Parts: sequence; C-alpha cells; structure tokens
Amino acid sequence: MPEASQDTFARLLLHQAKVRPGRPAIREKDLGIWQTWTWAQAMEEVSSLACGLAAQGFQRGDRLAVVGDNRPRLYWAMMAAQALGGVPVPLYQDAVAAELAFVLNDADVGFAVAEDQEQVDKLLENVPQCPKLKRIYFDEPRGLRHYGQRELMSLDALQALGRELAQRNPGFIAAEIDKGRASDIAVILYTSGTTGNPKGVSQTHAALIQTARVLVAFDGFTERDEVLCYLPMAWVGDFLYSYAQSLVAGFCLNCPESPETVMTDLREIGPTYYFGPPRVYENILTQVMIRIEDAGWLKRGMFHAFMGLAKRVGMRILEGKPGVSLTDRLLYALGALLVYGPLKNVLGLSHIRVAYTGGEAIGPDLFDFYRSIGVNLKQLYGMTETCVSVSMHASGEVKLETVGRPMPGVEVRIADSGEVLVRSPGVMREYHKRREATREAIDAEGFFHTGDAGYFDAEGHLKIIDRAKDVGRLAGGALFAPKYLENKLKFFPYIKEAVCFGHGREEVCALINIDMPAVGNWAERHNLAYSGYADLASQSAVCDLIRECVDKVNRDLSADAALRDSQIRRFLILHKELDADDGELTRTRKVRRGHIAEKYAQLVEALYSGRTSCFVETQMRFEDGRVGTVSADLRILEAKVCGAPEARKAA
Amino acid sequence: MTVRSAIGVPVLEVEDVFLAFGGVVALQGVSFDVREHEIRAIIGPNGAGKSSMLNVINGVYHPQRGTVAFKGRKRRKVDPYEAAAQGIARTFQNIALFRGMSVLDNLMTGRYLKMKCNFLEQALYLGPARREELEHREKVEAVIDFLEIQHVRKTPVGRLPYGLQKRVELGRALAAEPELLLLDEPMAGMNLEEKQDMSRFILDVNDQMGATVVLIEHDMSVVMDLSDRVVVLDYGSKIADGTPEEVRENKAVIDAYLGVAH
Repeated sequence: MPEASQDTFARLLLHQAKVRPGRPAIREKDLGIWQTWTWAQAMEEVSSLACGLAAQGFQRGDRLAVVGDNRPRLYWAMMAAQALGGVPVPLYQDAVAAELAFVLNDADVGFAVAEDQEQVDKLLENVPQCPKLKRIYFDEPRGLRHYGQRELMSLDALQALGRELAQRNPGFIAAEIDKGRASDIAVILYTSGTTGNPKGVSQTHAALIQTARVLVAFDGFTERDEVLCYLPMAWVGDFLYSYAQSLVAGFCLNCPESPETVMTDLREIGPTYYFGPPRVYENILTQVMIRIEDAGWLKRGMFHAFMGLAKRVGMRILEGKPGVSLTDRLLYALGALLVYGPLKNVLGLSHIRVAYTGGEAIGPDLFDFYRSIGVNLKQLYGMTETCVSVSMHASGEVKLETVGRPMPGVEVRIADSGEVLVRSPGVMREYHKRREATREAIDAEGFFHTGDAGYFDAEGHLKIIDRAKDVGRLAGGALFAPKYLENKLKFFPYIKEAVCFGHGREEVCALINIDMPAVGNWAERHNLAYSGYADLASQSAVCDLIRECVDKVNRDLSADAALRDSQIRRFLILHKELDADDGELTRTRKVRRGHIAEKYAQLVEALYSGRTSCFVETQMRFEDGRVGTVSADLRILEAKVCGAPEARKAA
Repeated sequence: MTVRSAIGVPVLEVEDVFLAFGGVVALQGVSFDVREHEIRAIIGPNGAGKSSMLNVINGVYHPQRGTVAFKGRKRRKVDPYEAAAQGIARTFQNIALFRGMSVLDNLMTGRYLKMKCNFLEQALYLGPARREELEHREKVEAVIDFLEIQHVRKTPVGRLPYGLQKRVELGRALAAEPELLLLDEPMAGMNLEEKQDMSRFILDVNDQMGATVVLIEHDMSVVMDLSDRVVVLDYGSKIADGTPEEVRENKAVIDAYLGVAH
C-alpha cells in the first residue's frame, strides 16, 4: 500500500472509497433501524458537503466548528473541512453558550455545523460576541422551521449547493484534495482545562495519521472491525480511536441512536473494540451489580460463585498463563456458558477483541472484573498534546498498576522532578495562538512535559502516580497523593466522586458525593424514604454506609508504609452533586480540586476545626442556564483509623 | 420567537351542551369553539366539569342537550371509536396504558384504527399484513423519535417513571395522527423539568404536526404560556372565554379560580 499518497485524511478517504467502496463506513440508528453508508457513499456525502462549503466561501485554513452528538453528517463535515484544507474544531456538546464563545473566538471560527435546535440556539446566542461566525449549518431541522436568521442553513441545503457546484466543476474536489499537505493542521482539539481557559491543541495530519497507523498495527485492526462512537467528538479519544483509525483501517463507525440508548446500541452492534474512560466501565459494572442484587437467589448465588472462580483463575486463563488446574478450567468453561457469556452479551461485549481505558487511573477491582470474565481490557496513557498513545499494555503483558511500555516510535524520559517527558511523532505542533504556553510545554529537545509524575518499573513499564503538581506532603512530611485516595474511594459503587485534602496539613479529610442510582437502590431495599439527592445524602443510615467504605480504605492504606499517614480522619457527604455546569468538574468529569477547595473553603475549615456540623449555602446552575441556591446543614463524620497509634494521639 | 401555522376556521364547535348524572349537573349549557391549529385550554376549579367536557367531545358521555360539531359535522350522540375515526385522539388524567406491554406495542395500539388487515392475515403475517405492519411501525418510530423515547422503546410501560408514562400516552395519541388532540392534565404530578419537556412537546406537536390541541391543565403558568385562548368553567358553566391576558384580568375568574388578585 503506497502510504505516501495517503498522508492526509482526505486522501485516506479517497483511498478507502477506491479500495473498499462497498464496505460499510458508517452506521446510524434512525427510526429504529440501522442505516448504513458505504465508503463510496461516504465519499459522495463528503464531496457534496465540501463543495457546498466552498460555494459558501470556505477558504483553505478556515475553521469549521462542529458541535453535537456523534452523527454521520458531523463526522463528514469534519472530513469536508479537511478536504478543503480547512481545520475542523469539534466542541463539547454539553458546554453552555458562554464556554462556546471562548473557543469560537479563540479559534476564529467562521463556519459552524450544529446537530440540532439546542446547539443552534447556543451558537446563535454567541453571534453578537463572535463577529467572525458567519454561517451556521444544522443537521436536524426539528424546531428550526421558523428561524429566520440569515446565518442559518440546513446541511441538506448546503449539500444541494455542493452538488450544483460539483456539476459545474466536476474536478473541483479532487483538485482541492491534491493541494493538501501532511504538515497542514488537521484539527484543533480543545483540552478540558483543569485550570483556566481551555487550550487549543493543533495537530497535523502527519502526527495523527502516523499515530493511528501505529495503533492499528499494534492491535491488528482490519476493515472487519466495528466500533461504537459514543464519546464526545471534541475529545481526542474519539477523534483518534474512532475517526482517524476508521479512515486508516477502513472499519465501520457506528453512531448510537441517542445518548440514552448507548447500552442497547452496544448490544446490537457488538463492537470488536471499545475505548472508554474508567467511569464508563464503572457505570456499567454498577448497573450490573444493582441488577444482580435485585435478582433471585439462584441467579445471585450463581453469579457470586462463578465470579469468585473468575477472580481466582480468569485472568490467568485470559493471558494463557500456566498453573490453572483442569478442574478450574472446566468450571471456568461452565461459568462462561452460564454467567460470563450471558453477562458479556448483555453488556454488548461478546465480540470484543480488545478494550482500552485511559484518561484516569482505573480501580483494581474494576479492572480485574472485566479481565476475569475474559474481556481483554488494557490501559493506555496519553493526552491530547501527544495524540494519546504514549504507552499502552501489549496483549499478554497487562499489569494493573502500570500503563504499559512506551509505544513504538515514542521516547519517554523521566525528569529529575519525577515528571514524565515525551517525544514522539504524535506530539502536537503547538497550542493554538499560545506561543508562551507552547514553549513551556515543549522543550528545546522536543520533549513534551506532561505534568504527570511517574516512573519506570523493573520491567520497563511506565507507572503514573498523580499529577506532578498535585502530589503533596502532609505537615508531618509523609507523601500525599490525593488522586490515589480519591480513586480508592470512588471504586465503591456507593461513592461517585471524592475530593481529598491534606497537603500541608496534619491529616487527611475528604468531601464525598454519593452515587445516586446505587445508594438510591440500596435505600429502597432497606425501606428508606427519600425525596432527592440532598435528602438521601443526609440520612444517617447513608452516612454509616459511606463510613464503612471509608473505614475499608483506611484499612487498605494502613497496610502500605508510605501511605499509612494518609488515612482519612474525617469526611462529609456533600449536599449537591459535583457538576461541570458549576465548574466543579471538567467537561471530561475530572474534579477541579483547586476550585472546589475555594468554593467549599468553609466546609474544609469545618472538617479541620473539629466541629460536628456545618451549614452551607451553594449556588448551582440548572441545565437551562438559570442559577439557584441550595442549602443544607452537613454532618461531619469521623472515620476509623488503623495502625500507627502514636501519630493519631498527636492529632 | 417562532411563528406557527396560521390559526384557521373553527374545527370544533360546542353548542349549549348540558350534561347531568341523575340530579348532579356536570355541564349546564356550555358553548365554545376551537379553531384549526390552535392550542385551547380549559381551566377551572376541581369539579368544574373540565374532564366531563372532554368526555363529551370524544363521545364517552352523551349530553342530554346541545350539540358538538367536528369539522362541520353536527352530532348529538357519537361513540368514542367514531370520534377516534374522525381524527380525535386523547390522553387521560390517570394514565391509561397497557402496563405490561412495551412502549412500542402501546404506541402500535394507537394505529389500530388505521389497520386494514383482518386478524387471520395478521396472525399468519401474510404479505399485505407484513407490509402494513412495517408501514405502521415506521409511523410509530417517527413518534418515538419525535418524543425522544428511543431508550425505552422495548421497556414495559409499567416499569417507566411517571413522567415518561405521560409522554408515552401522548405518543399513543399521536400515533393515531389526530387532527384534534385532547389532553387531560398532561402535566399533573410532574416536576419542573418534566413540565418543561412536555410543554415543548405540546408546542412542537401543534407546530410541526399541525394538530389542534385542547388541553386541561391546573398549572397556571403553563396554561398562560402555551394556550392561544382559554375557556374557564365553574360549576358546569362557562364564566369566561378569551386570550390568556383577558382571562387573567377577568373579575369572575379571579374570584372563582385564581383566588385573590396576583
């Protein structure tokens, strides 16, 4: 395969349309039926979109914002922009209008494609603040029939314009694709920004395609693979693992019917590979556990018995390691028939060859659960700035606490400070319009500074502990890795989010969010009445439930000499769920510790002052953008601390 | 602001309707009309005769006096299935769905009147029955898409939360492709978010499907925001009729229903 002629995404598309015109390229469930477009059809659609955009004055280098759920035409719009030498800028679909304004201005967006009325409304709201935004195209016309704005046009109309142009000038699109160069910027992806405004990461065609090629070769993807694209299009994970890999390997993207139907769609499609942050796997497992606990005694008994067996031998069988007795193998086969198989089928994981997780550390029990039932779940490590892929577990070399060896072509170096540095073809060109930030992130030798603290273990696997700047010290000098503690807490199905404090203090305290579905279900089974989140969170039985979880974490921590002092002394259960709309989480749902410490300073002080309760009033933003306040009297709860008695007395 | 289909001529004319159950008078000489593409609200205190009025319109009750004319056809006595065949669909105050059946099957029952094949053909799934089933399924899927209930398509209705059940019931009425849609307290017992969703659906039904809507509702802000004109009933008589603004200012309405002036 002459790779030189496929060095831009548009040329890859041309190539796929020529080599496998009849193979499915993309599917979408519409009106209850999966609709399929072949590569040849996809090429048609992209051409007409591109010609339409050109007819509307889209120039080389222009930026096209794309905002909405994963829809074929939104993906095609990105391809169309790239075919014209433009730059797609996918945006988070759940961002509020003001957040969009920043990105629209920062990226000088002139053209935008929106999925539906909701997104169009947000864009229109930004037209006065974003003078460059001239044209808005929409996919789903519902509710927009009477919108009279000059900026608006449907994608249907745009494609009709495009077909007209293509008829007048049949060679137009081919000529445009010919002008593209591998060193052109292919996409600007905005990082969620745990601090400050989001930064635009400019990636070239060359970087993305080269990275995708390595990944495709690494796990042997072919045109026969299937993937469900359900992750936000603005996330590098979707761009690389769905969009770029599909164009490189020629496999089919499947767009879910709606965000609520993902579980059903997953089961219908049966993807062969799957990529998700740990919370997605966690949600699935929580649902399984809830349903198992509601099941009859026979099913429940079978589940627990076979899961016990799977935990003991499942992972060794998956990895083909010796030392499993024949009896266990036979029992495991029986379990596969009775429990693991049906379970995987319900979860849509029956055909999975390989599943990835990344973006956050994954809980050990969670990781083991999937691997023990035969799902080849692997961790990878990377960020938007490096096209993800810094390191990844190879099949058969999976170690929970590491993120695998560096990928082929990637150099990883550990700085003296413990920070992980990366040099690879996938390292970004620059932060869009931020020369200063680019200089800080990429040093003279071309190494990107990840901001993560980590080290290599004896086998050459990379191990990431925490954000370099988040790793702190307790007043007593002991190591304090907040994320590590939070992850340990969050592994309990009853705990959704946790934020730990302790840097520069005598002891560790935590704010906790309960998991509404799991605790709600638990409350129902225990005949507890509740009216909503705040009410449930304040019930004393729930407090005891969470206290048990914290106690267990403390017991684990006490076994580790380095972390013994990080045991959680006191905690409280927050009266509202942490939410990205209130700035407490990033759009990828990572906690913004600094912001939370500031916002809830009063609560943190109360935790350390030895009081037994604290009154709090908080602003919260509803989904429609209005702001209200919630207030509650929160109880401060003590947890049991194990070991190291002399340290405890001092506190 | 959106501009909806132009409100046209009256499609439903209720004239001097009198309804009594034994000695209890439910409606005494009520007259009003509903124009094409309009959203018409009926409000009134408990026991004012609102639901009885809807029941008269779709033929559940037969008034002792007075007439109801739909699309110019006057009638005194009509049965519910005849009303449905003429293009009148409704939802109920207390949800009346088949709880053990899936959302999809419930919506398919809304297509019953449009099905031509007989029982035997359907049971054997013969050619015409198959084609018909597919046609109806397509219509039903359009409604599912419209009401955004794809995620519960195969879920038994009894397992759904209340707000969603209400939406499914609206869906079943829509599946019949009605010209006149009667909604009996579509937002009763809903929380704010569910009410907002439902309001949007009602506006969209009216706007995109062009259906004329008659609704009974207790939530004043909903009534005032949604409806083009409002009829106010009290003890079975009409005490006011007009735009929401006019009704809001009406002295008799304030006394009877809204309580002390706002």
